[in-house]
Amino acid sequence: MSFIDINDVDLIYGGQTGAGDGTGTLALANASLSVAKDEFVAIVGPSGCGKSTILKLISGLVRTTRGVVRVGGEDVRGPLKNVGMAFQNSTLLPWRNVRDNVLLPLEIVEPYRSQPKSEAAAKRKRADDLLATVGLADFGDRMPWQLSGGMQQRAQLCRALIHEPSILLLDEPFGALDAFTREELWGVLQDLWMHRKCTVILVTHELREAVYLCDTVHVVSPRPGRVIASREVPFARPRTLDMTFQADFVDLVHACRHHISLGTAS
Amino acid sequence: MKRSTVETLAPWLTTLALFALWQLGVMVFHIESFVLPTPIEAIQQIYINRYPLMVHGLATLTTTLIGFAIAVVFGLMLGILVGSFRMVYVSIYPILIGFNSVPKAAVIPVLVIWFGVGTVPAICAAFLLSFFPVVVNVSTGFATIEPELLDVLRVLGATRWDMIRKIGIPRSLPYFFASLKIAITLSFVGTVIAEIIAGNDGIGNVMLIASSNFNVPLVFAGLLVVGVMGVGMYAIFAALETRFTSWSVRGGGLGVEYAGGG
Repeated sequence: MSFIDINDVDLIYGGQTGAGDGTGTLALANASLSVAKDEFVAIVGPSGCGKSTILKLISGLVRTTRGVVRVGGEDVRGPLKNVGMAFQNSTLLPWRNVRDNVLLPLEIVEPYRSQPKSEAAAKRKRADDLLATVGLADFGDRMPWQLSGGMQQRAQLCRALIHEPSILLLDEPFGALDAFTREELWGVLQDLWMHRKCTVILVTHELREAVYLCDTVHVVSPRPGRVIASREVPFARPRTLDMTFQADFVDLVHACRHHISLGTAS
Repeated sequence: MKRSTVETLAPWLTTLALFALWQLGVMVFHIESFVLPTPIEAIQQIYINRYPLMVHGLATLTTTLIGFAIAVVFGLMLGILVGSFRMVYVSIYPILIGFNSVPKAAVIPVLVIWFGVGTVPAICAAFLLSFFPVVVNVSTGFATIEPELLDVLRVLGATRWDMIRKIGIPRSLPYFFASLKIAITLSFVGTVIAEIIAGNDGIGNVMLIASSNFNVPLVFAGLLVVGVMGVGMYAIFAALETRFTSWSVRGGGLGVEYAGGG
């Protein structure tokens, strides 16, 4: 029984009626995807293939034109609650310090929202502990612009996880970082996830990243997007950067690349 | 001299230079005092009439601040509505633009018919001139929120009010404070115009009476008083802006400010 189930879905952006009248852009066609509870999956594919759209469908930010998206057995009809999200660009609020940014979800999500003020110190500690696990122990009082790009993404991960969401949606979270910082953050994310499991969907164009982090890699075709191949990643965790240079890892990366180029050629 | 000292002195020096140029021009071209008085004559008039100018100056200031306060509250609310609801934006923006294009001086006689001569038309004029930049700037602040920021909150189950409170309002504060600096100066314009057309007191009224007596130096004295009050209020709001929106300035940027309306 899959936790997230996208079943034969079409999505048209910008159509006049929102139905298939030929005026909009067909972003997804006959797309299907299923994700098990606490599974870590990656969605890879050429740019503009509708990877991010799949995230928006799952979170309920966008409605399907045809077909159904189910999360936890229920149809998605509007924005889900209690989802964590992180993006390529830092979406930290520039007027809050790092700690208050991380605490933002607790001001929105129940039961934290209704908790009395006396819980504030406990929440503060919780944010600081989480920041410490990603190596930002002394940065709670800093403003976001005082942090490097990699540190901002660490803080963004903390904000996405502080309320212990059942689903974590990551839209190229390491896309704007240099190679070394990126690889370092793969390890950070893996640790966070192994420490507290949740269902993660990672959109990326970096195949090594996908294979390093995920249980399953789903390859999406160019627009109109649909999943054309899914590869299980058998390697044991915790995975290390050394593993990424071993033959079986490299083979898997090549196989994924092959799927993408096949999809692009056809 | 240190750079900061130079920056503090610079506005005073340019003002002095301008006054000197004015004084020199009047003396060199032998301009009569009832056409263009020298700044010294104007300042003399301020000293001679210091008590009436203070009383009327305070009246003008009070009127301006009341009109301005109403404009800020109204402008803020309308700006939030215009910026967060697309339907409100498309339905009332053309009306707002049209309304702002109407010369307010032309509206004051109508206000006098409604409210009689006195303070009320002046408050209305101050309000009418100054609410527009507040609306435009606040709605711009709301309309330019990065969509990802809202997505982050939306998938947490945030209500629209949550998004306005947690993101919209803090995000538009720099725009709001920038608009206050414009709005306060426009408020003075509105008040003084109304006082000239239909006032019983205030600097505008002083200037009207002075000019009908051909006491042009006193007219200029009035202008100077209004100008100084405007600069003073501007400085107060600029200081508030720095206090509340320091996160948005960082290293001083290019020294460019969002003016927006006006």
